[in-house]
Amino acid sequence: MSPALRRQLPLLATAGIFLALFVSAGCLYQGFFSARSVVNLFADNAFLGITAVGMTLVIFAGGIDLSVGAVIGFTSIFTATLIERHGFHPATAAVTALAAGALFGAGMGTLIHVFRQPPFLITLAGMFLARGGAFWISTESTGITHPLYGKITEIEWVITETIRLPLTALILGAVFIGGYLVAHFTRFGRNLLAVGDSEQSALLMGLPVGGTKIGAYTINSMLAVLAGLVATLYTGSGNPSLGIGLELDAIAIVVIGGTLLSGGRGHMLGTLLGILVFGTIQAAILFDGRLNPWWIRIVVGGLLLGFILLQRALVRSAARRS
Amino acid sequence: MSKPVRHSRSPLLWPLIGLAFLILLNVAMDLRAGEWKFLKITMLDGHLYGLPVDILNQGSRGMILALGMTLIIATGGVDLAVGSLMAVAGSVAAVLLTKQGFSWPVAVTVALAVTTLGGAVSGGLVAQLGVQPIVATLIAMVVGRGVAQLVTSGDVVIIKNAGFEFLGNGFVFGVPFSVILVMVLYFAAHSFLRKTAAGLFIEAVGDNETASRFAGLAAVRLKTFVYVFGGLCAGIAGLLATSNIRAADPYRAGLNMELDAIFAVVVGGTALTGGRFWLMGSLVGALLLQTLTTTLYNLGVAPAVATVPKAVLIIAVCLMQSDKTRNWLRGLFPRRSA
Amino acid sequence: MRGIGKKFPGVVALDRVDFTVRSGEIHALLGENGAGKSTLIKVLTGVYAPDNGEIALAGLCIRPQSPKAAEMAGVSTVYQEVNLIRSLSVAENLTLGRQPGRLGFLNWKEIRRHAREMLARLEIDIDVDAELGSLSVALQQMVAIARALDLKAKLLVLDEPTASLDEKEVAELFAVMRRLRGESMGIVFVTHFLDQVYAVTDRITVLRNGTLVGEFPTAELPRLALVSKMLGREVHDVAGRTAEAVAPSPLGSPALLTTHGLTRRGAIQPIDLEIRSGEVTGLAGLLGSGRTETARLLFGIDQAEAGEIKVKGANAQFDSPRDAIRLGLAFCSEDRKTEGILPNLSVRENLIFALQARRGAWRPLSTEEQTKWCDHSIAALRIKTADAETPIKNLSGGNQQKVLLARWLATRPALIILDEPTRGIDIGARGEIEQLINKLRADGMAVLLISSEIEEIVRNSTRVVVLRERRKTGELNGADIETSKLMQAMAGGHTPHE
Repeated sequence: MSPALRRQLPLLATAGIFLALFVSAGCLYQGFFSARSVVNLFADNAFLGITAVGMTLVIFAGGIDLSVGAVIGFTSIFTATLIERHGFHPATAAVTALAAGALFGAGMGTLIHVFRQPPFLITLAGMFLARGGAFWISTESTGITHPLYGKITEIEWVITETIRLPLTALILGAVFIGGYLVAHFTRFGRNLLAVGDSEQSALLMGLPVGGTKIGAYTINSMLAVLAGLVATLYTGSGNPSLGIGLELDAIAIVVIGGTLLSGGRGHMLGTLLGILVFGTIQAAILFDGRLNPWWIRIVVGGLLLGFILLQRALVRSAARRS
Repeated sequence: MSKPVRHSRSPLLWPLIGLAFLILLNVAMDLRAGEWKFLKITMLDGHLYGLPVDILNQGSRGMILALGMTLIIATGGVDLAVGSLMAVAGSVAAVLLTKQGFSWPVAVTVALAVTTLGGAVSGGLVAQLGVQPIVATLIAMVVGRGVAQLVTSGDVVIIKNAGFEFLGNGFVFGVPFSVILVMVLYFAAHSFLRKTAAGLFIEAVGDNETASRFAGLAAVRLKTFVYVFGGLCAGIAGLLATSNIRAADPYRAGLNMELDAIFAVVVGGTALTGGRFWLMGSLVGALLLQTLTTTLYNLGVAPAVATVPKAVLIIAVCLMQSDKTRNWLRGLFPRRSA
Repeated sequence: MRGIGKKFPGVVALDRVDFTVRSGEIHALLGENGAGKSTLIKVLTGVYAPDNGEIALAGLCIRPQSPKAAEMAGVSTVYQEVNLIRSLSVAENLTLGRQPGRLGFLNWKEIRRHAREMLARLEIDIDVDAELGSLSVALQQMVAIARALDLKAKLLVLDEPTASLDEKEVAELFAVMRRLRGESMGIVFVTHFLDQVYAVTDRITVLRNGTLVGEFPTAELPRLALVSKMLGREVHDVAGRTAEAVAPSPLGSPALLTTHGLTRRGAIQPIDLEIRSGEVTGLAGLLGSGRTETARLLFGIDQAEAGEIKVKGANAQFDSPRDAIRLGLAFCSEDRKTEGILPNLSVRENLIFALQARRGAWRPLSTEEQTKWCDHSIAALRIKTADAETPIKNLSGGNQQKVLLARWLATRPALIILDEPTRGIDIGARGEIEQLINKLRADGMAVLLISSEIEEIVRNSTRVVVLRERRKTGELNGADIETSKLMQAMAGGHTPHE
């Protein structure tokens, strides 16, 4: 196998698995093979996908962010309260939330980089803060009655009679394209991988390590806020319990996509494939109706394990080579 | 083996200070309210009652979890699956007791065996296959939660069994059984670790695994062992929790408790990177967390919101452990003698 | 650089040091460990800020606050460990941080083209899309140098660049350096290989204990004088081998450990060895010849792909260090930081560790036994430490090495493998360790001594096995063990370059 091909093996494996899953589900379940299903793969998982794109950037740089689920919940109830109880316009509420998210992410990034604290612990604290803050605002969900919301959810891109992409899918697409461009076509994106591979080398090469790391956490938190906004659009209400456990799903998606959890290696395309794999499993279970939801956990766990072992085997054989 | 001599201030200092602070806060609140609520301990039916007793009782699960987590973190690892394993223990015991009609000793033994095995699987992934601990136990956590739900077919199972209920609600010589269990477990672990060379080995593996292996340490066996022990602790904690509420809830049992356990260990002075560990410190850390939760509850703070002060506490602890803050503080208060 | 001073808590690293490099000159910076070489370089390259003094480059005063600032000012550095990103491609590594692009978006075609240009300047031929980690260390070094040269650098600092290079690669590096010198670049060459200093440099600056000893043209400073300036005292001719001390064991006595056809791909070609008790077997060879790799096979750290090992005549299989230790082997690694010390644990815990590991968890050593062994070792090896409970990371390198030696001696091994035991240790401690090796040999232990210093091998070995390019190429015994013969065997039958 040529070295170039070997490097992309995890990515190819993910693509293969996605195809295998999709085809088997299509054969097993009537109606799976429809344009609508494919569109739904994106639309239903839009907020998870947006979160995964952000998480990819953080993991590229060798970090991890456990707070994203809580940030989604916080954004949800925060904007709903601003709109319903304080008369904010949805756009203003959204901008405020994004600003808060940026501050939050930058804060975590600073604690992690400047004070040299483990990302795991700091983002854990962030998760506690955001989730607690969400429940502090309100312990129950708040419905959003602003007319703009109703109008927005109807926006969709009509390609043909059967293929209609709702707004949520479009936002996911835009975020993904943005993430891809940043990761592979900007200095910041390449610096993320450099920092993730070896922070010390990156420093000596003159790269802006601090700015890169803090930037990754800031962008990730902002994307989590965006995901929260999208989720609120989807459900039409603000809910502080939204997103519990979501960070683990996001991490699973990134790893299944072939990105190394320790950083330095990965491809944004992998995250897209990871989203598709995850979505297919979920859709298959829904379609089936017989399988119970906890099987998602078990199957995803098994897949994750398989990928980790594959990554390890590849990394080990690469090390033996040099 | 002799006790390791510390060359710096005892790490127990900070969590004890925190605990003292919280106790004083509660006492102050009582003084304002004009009646002793916090420190009141009474004897009723030969049982001790009172808030401190409640704290110890409720906190016993966290303390047991923290004991197991301490050793895992000391080897440089972490176990995110212990919360899910708690749920598995509860589910297994509940199903055996109610749907299969087994006696409670059997149910307890099988449940503990299952979680110990679960710990062994995590340990195998980490120690033998060399998977990163966060990743391996993340997978175990996800799968474990699924298994807990699978075992009860998604139901919350009510348990009506006097023997089993004693575990989480019974009293021995007036003291809650769970508290006794914590003390027994602590003393057993402490003696084993310090009277044999196991404590030294665990600290060595966490400090420099490669050097330990080259010096002839069976690192793989040791690392697997700490995860097995962690699984056992999770099982015990899970049974206590399930017994306490007399029901197995596969969705909520043990939720986020691994994070609390990790936090307790870090507050107790064991570094997240591994090496020297302090079991007593982790116990105090877990107690501190429980006291905080109870204090906030008494202050009328909803439990869901109580995570905010928890977060502030974690950040404060991290900052204090950071060299940068220490240097900065040292700059503010120059010591007269070096 | 003029009057540079730098203090760290508890130690003065540099004290009013002057350092001058001319353009079109290769200037060596020399000094023993702790002399201040690396601190001076770190001040020059912006890693540290000096407490006093000033730096001027081409007449302009510069105060680099960071490595990047130093780069912008015209000082490019190549470090001993390849400080590049192994997971990215060669082209990316060459251009990271300065990629050509428009409106913030990178132009990959341009990146590749520029990368090829940079490599061509040094006449290196590598696929720019290859992953850096898949190249040999030497090639990675070349990429690092190409990157360092890309900026309009006026001064090139090479910090121990030849540590992982073989002879051919060193020659190629020197050719590049000479070419750059011809282009009027100033080059600072930090190294401890004195041969290389005399081969390629024009001037030498010597530091000792943080102060400047002097600056000399290379041609006017003979070796012995240079070494005495580095050490600060007259170097006595190192005691020659005493005949009885290194007499080989009588013929016919069985070897303690033998290997036959032992091999592992990429590490060592099939090798036959005989190691006898009461002898010091020297394992000599240039860097990369396979010495440490062989030791790792003997100790069970790596597994052989073919061949056999026999201990006391019986077949042995080493799947892990534990197996080797059980048969009476011990291994003192060359990398004590990653493979030797348990940094935060006390001196005592480090000392008794190997012995305790062998006994297992269920048979702990009593406090009395531990104290006895600690006191004995600290006295016998003259280990300088406040007490036995100090964390070992607080000790100097030399004392750490002594603790590690004591650790292994506690297990009373039949064969001890010493890999670079005197690396990074000052001359005083070196003598003590060599005396210890001699005593062990006299007491009947088998010693396998690996060292890159030819004189050290010559002084201490009963017989010498020579490795070259991962193959055993010869063995020297008795009167044949002397410097020039050994160097010839290591170099392969022709005199070393220049």
